[in-house]
Amino acid sequence: MMEPNLTITSQSPLTEAIFRETGQNVNLCYQCRKCAAGCPVSYAMDYTPSQLIHAIRLGMDDLVLNSKTAWLCATCETCTTRCPQEVDIAKVMDAVKIIALRQGVKPAVPQVASFYKAALANIKKCGRMFELGMIMGLKLRTFDFFKDAGLGMKMFRKGKLKMIPSFTGAWTTWKIFRRVKSFEKKNQNA
Amino acid sequence: MTQKYAYYPGCSLHSTGAEYDTSFRAVCDKVGVELQEIDGWICCGTSPAHCTSKLLSLALPYKNLCLAEKMGLTEVVAPCAACFSRLKAATYEATEHPEIERQLSDILETPLPKSLNIVSPLEIFSNGIDVTSAVTRELGELKVVCYYGCLLTRPPKVMQFDECEYPMSMDRLLRSVGIATLDWSYKTDCCGGSLALTETEVVCKLTHEIFEEAKAVGANAVAVACPLCQANLDTRQAEIEQKYGTNYGLPIFYFTQLMALAFGVPPDKLGLHKHFVSADELLAGICKG
Repeated sequence: MMEPNLTITSQSPLTEAIFRETGQNVNLCYQCRKCAAGCPVSYAMDYTPSQLIHAIRLGMDDLVLNSKTAWLCATCETCTTRCPQEVDIAKVMDAVKIIALRQGVKPAVPQVASFYKAALANIKKCGRMFELGMIMGLKLRTFDFFKDAGLGMKMFRKGKLKMIPSFTGAWTTWKIFRRVKSFEKKNQNA
Repeated sequence: MTQKYAYYPGCSLHSTGAEYDTSFRAVCDKVGVELQEIDGWICCGTSPAHCTSKLLSLALPYKNLCLAEKMGLTEVVAPCAACFSRLKAATYEATEHPEIERQLSDILETPLPKSLNIVSPLEIFSNGIDVTSAVTRELGELKVVCYYGCLLTRPPKVMQFDECEYPMSMDRLLRSVGIATLDWSYKTDCCGGSLALTETEVVCKLTHEIFEEAKAVGANAVAVACPLCQANLDTRQAEIEQKYGTNYGLPIFYFTQLMALAFGVPPDKLGLHKHFVSADELLAGICKG
């Protein structure tokens, strides 16, 4: 892990929180904008990746944690691959989401957060993702019951969706979730 | 000597991506690669895990590596690009950061496996295995563009496979079994990935651009190596055609389905009927007998 260079220290608590979470030092950014230029979803974001990095450095926590940027990130890793300062920007986006959830900030793109919650709840119970259960969990959280209904029917007819979960490894998975949770709690209080 | 791999199918290959599983097994059978599915494997966590908890996103894949090690195997193959990416990321993080290794080892209550090699199917077939002598069928009418997607090659530090800006492994592989692949500039452009259910507009826009480019270079099929790419490009194609007033009719094949067809495997054994965009017309002339 790279220690922050003494000449590139930060005053922003969010910068430091992100460093603690990911080992990424956003102070290395010199705003070349390659990340924003290569990001396939930047067209739909309120702040481009490079703008978000700048906001993090300026301590604009409210703006960063309430923006859509991190939630729209598809983790395509284009930014990470191209950054000339080798900042793992995709990881920074993950950290923004993790910190936002930890602080109880309402996600600016709520359906994406609902998707994560639905998927994790499903994996925790079933061991392997049971797609049908996950989709139902998502719909119960978003109240969007008719979206993709036609697609779903076609998938059924083509035998693409399993009707029942396998539950293989469910107990193992549940245990891992629990242990991770208690570890994270311990780390937070440490 | 046949090489044996611990096989990690991941959740997709047991459901919506089952054709990848079927065709991958068929190809391995033809070229003498032995697969043994990891007993009791669990979900790798993929995006929901790494977007919400670092430790969870590393512990879940590592559990599978521990299970593979217990099988006494050192080579692990994961066809799904997301699973592959998470397995490699977990290994990378634990190797680079001993503190993380310690935490994961604590969580999983076992020392972490150290010498496992994680590969993708593309890597297996590109590594000097003889694929040309298994070819029995000519697929000359196909003009395929190879769509690699995001995670197979990115980030290069972690994935260490092929070129991330212009990969050629799938192209070379398909060409070596007699299938023509075209040069195009959207090989690694994101399709929107896991935003499919929640930001469908984004997936439609990005995938639309991929189709436009495929059409512009004259492709009549797309080859993929990831179940999420296949799902987005196949199941959303009709929606995109309607939305943008276009017509593509591009069947989206797993590259292993194409290889299996070249090896003479009957099309009905490759799950082609499950595709939304039918390949029947394209393959009509080719697969009679």
